[in-house]
Amino acid sequence: MTAATTDAGHAPVLEESTATKILRVLGKAPIQILLVFVGLLWLVPTIGLFLTSLFAAEDVNNLGWWQILTKPSLATFENYQAIYHNESIRSAIFTTIWISVGGTVLPIVVAALAGYAFAWLDFPGRDWLFLLVIAMLVVPLQMALIPMFSLYSTLGIFDTKLSLILFHTAFGLPFAIFLLRNFFIGIPKELLEAARIDGASELRIFVRLILPLGLPAIASLAIFQFLWTWNDLIVALSLARDTQPITVAIFSQLRQFGSNLELIAPAAFVSLAIPLAVFFAFQRYFVQGLLAGSVK
Amino acid sequence: MSGASVTAEPPVREAPPSAQPGKWRNYAIAAGFLAPAVFFLGIWIVYPTVKTVFRSFYGRDGSDFVGFDNYKTLFSSETLVKAIENNAIWVAVVPAAVTALGLIFAVMTERVRWSVAFKTVVFMPMAVSAFAAGVTWRIMYQQDPDRGAINAGLSAVKGVFSPTGVLSEAAPSTEAVKQQPSGALELVKPLQPGGVALLGLTRIPSADVPVSAKQAAQPQSTAGGIAGVVWRDFKPGGGTAGKVEPEEVGLPGVTVELRDSSGGKVQSATSGDDGSFVFDNVASGSYNVDIGASTFAQPYGGVSWLSARLITPSIIISYIWIWAGFAMVVIAAGLSAIPRDVLEAARTDGGTEWQVFRRVTVPLLAPVLSVVFITLLINVLKVFDIVLAVAPQSVQDDANVIALAMWRTSFGGVSDFGLGSAIAVFLFLLVIPILALNIRRFQRET
Repeated sequence: MTAATTDAGHAPVLEESTATKILRVLGKAPIQILLVFVGLLWLVPTIGLFLTSLFAAEDVNNLGWWQILTKPSLATFENYQAIYHNESIRSAIFTTIWISVGGTVLPIVVAALAGYAFAWLDFPGRDWLFLLVIAMLVVPLQMALIPMFSLYSTLGIFDTKLSLILFHTAFGLPFAIFLLRNFFIGIPKELLEAARIDGASELRIFVRLILPLGLPAIASLAIFQFLWTWNDLIVALSLARDTQPITVAIFSQLRQFGSNLELIAPAAFVSLAIPLAVFFAFQRYFVQGLLAGSVK
Repeated sequence: MSGASVTAEPPVREAPPSAQPGKWRNYAIAAGFLAPAVFFLGIWIVYPTVKTVFRSFYGRDGSDFVGFDNYKTLFSSETLVKAIENNAIWVAVVPAAVTALGLIFAVMTERVRWSVAFKTVVFMPMAVSAFAAGVTWRIMYQQDPDRGAINAGLSAVKGVFSPTGVLSEAAPSTEAVKQQPSGALELVKPLQPGGVALLGLTRIPSADVPVSAKQAAQPQSTAGGIAGVVWRDFKPGGGTAGKVEPEEVGLPGVTVELRDSSGGKVQSATSGDDGSFVFDNVASGSYNVDIGASTFAQPYGGVSWLSARLITPSIIISYIWIWAGFAMVVIAAGLSAIPRDVLEAARTDGGTEWQVFRRVTVPLLAPVLSVVFITLLINVLKVFDIVLAVAPQSVQDDANVIALAMWRTSFGGVSDFGLGSAIAVFLFLLVIPILALNIRRFQRET
């Protein structure tokens, strides 16, 4: 403020705007400070997890992570080496990757086909069927766990990656169909009609026209679906025993919480790092998908 | 199956959908496109839903029909009722809190230039699994202030206002000294001028005895005053409690208070290296001698966030941490869609910032706010992973929610598929009103 007044004294005409500008910035100071504070508050848990994962095994269950900030020599990556050599954790990571990739690709293919039918093909009961899909959006997956447990056992596919992928595919479909149908319906009608008059088959239109044009929606959907399957706990916990994704592997360690943080903390951070990387790489699509899914 | 009907490529020239000739072929093509989706939705959603409803009327192993017994259990068993109550707390608190927080953040970020950075940070937890986030918070919530960050923060704040007492663990050595409700230690027998106060303490770790401490003094009666000693009434190898003996040291630096019969403080004195203290010029009457409560103030032990009493609020805090970013991003998008001139007009009409916000912004945002609220409502009803991650095994009954109860009953040890199905159906019934709302909204839009 003092700066503003001295400036104003020297060259009144120009300085007026500088003065108001400074005043405006200063007026915002409380909000700025508050937001910085909230932002830090939101960062602390994640940073804390990371720093905890850097303690050596003999320190991690006795010290608080902030002590690393004043004594950086305490930090080591040996826990990460250890979990990389830990057979169960490593296989859990690969299982998670398998399930997430399968559980992302399959529902997108299925949903794109159905979304196209709902958007551009004519068949009896179309609107009614689509309402049914919307209704399925809120069906809790708990409704399916017990029957699928029995069915999987009967079919002999209990405790396999495939059975988990199929489950994630089905429960990802309502949202996926909903999102893609709404996006496809916005593709200009003229384009489709031109292609149809040119004699293109529906399958050809789907592959050559709809899929490329629908890429933004498919991209956001892919991110969502990937994160959902990556982050799943309840499905794998209920429908598998030895086929453990990373969340289940960590869960099985939780009983000894407090004495095995050198294992839990780095494993939790790995399970969280991949989604964060995806989030930062594709933030735009993520937010778009979110808005399409909720605001519309 | 689907592949066959799709690849049987119809020879060209598609007539407009309604035209008669190609009608059936069009239907067949549509069926081909839909077949995979119908397959998945039919087998994994429709069939199990119907099956679970039926299953909920059968017993544990599914052979005996039990009618509504499972539902009766659901509303009478202690753990399940607790789960329903907890879920009610979640529903009452979380959607409103998250929506409000999202609104506040969205409005605030509109005013700063680095809003993208802020939004990214707050939104970040949305990408992470609720389970991993829960584990993260469990580390934050550890009770020992040396390990749990939250209690460490509280401890730092508390240390400023009420530091730990020098003799935090001490206790009276004899019945002659009693602990008061305030925490102070008081000599039971009132003293007159000329009296002697023996304040023996035990349970003092030798590490806590100040280095300057010397052999405790035997207090001598002084005319018109009250003399006394504060000492560590502990002699290695035994001794008599309540007597100052050789090898027992005085406790220096302890504040001793003299109170009259009404409890008012008359004087205070500090003990010397030999533990002795004297109150001079004491008027006749009877007095109580005590050692102030602050001497015995306990070190901060930390809030037990993961105890039965606090577990649900603790989990709710971590859940809000996850979802606030979602609310903020969606509301911010709604906010940027509000025409600037409407707000400008309201301002030029003389509305204060608050009035504009209350009377213009919020009503215009109502549809977006309700979307956020409903999304949260659905998710809160189904909350599961984070409870399992934050709540230690021992308090899971106290932290229980419906979805967790369903899993624990069916898969987590109890293996009662009948009751588990009933809980799932109950959960389903709870989201049906939201389902109706969704369908209504969709129909209005088309």
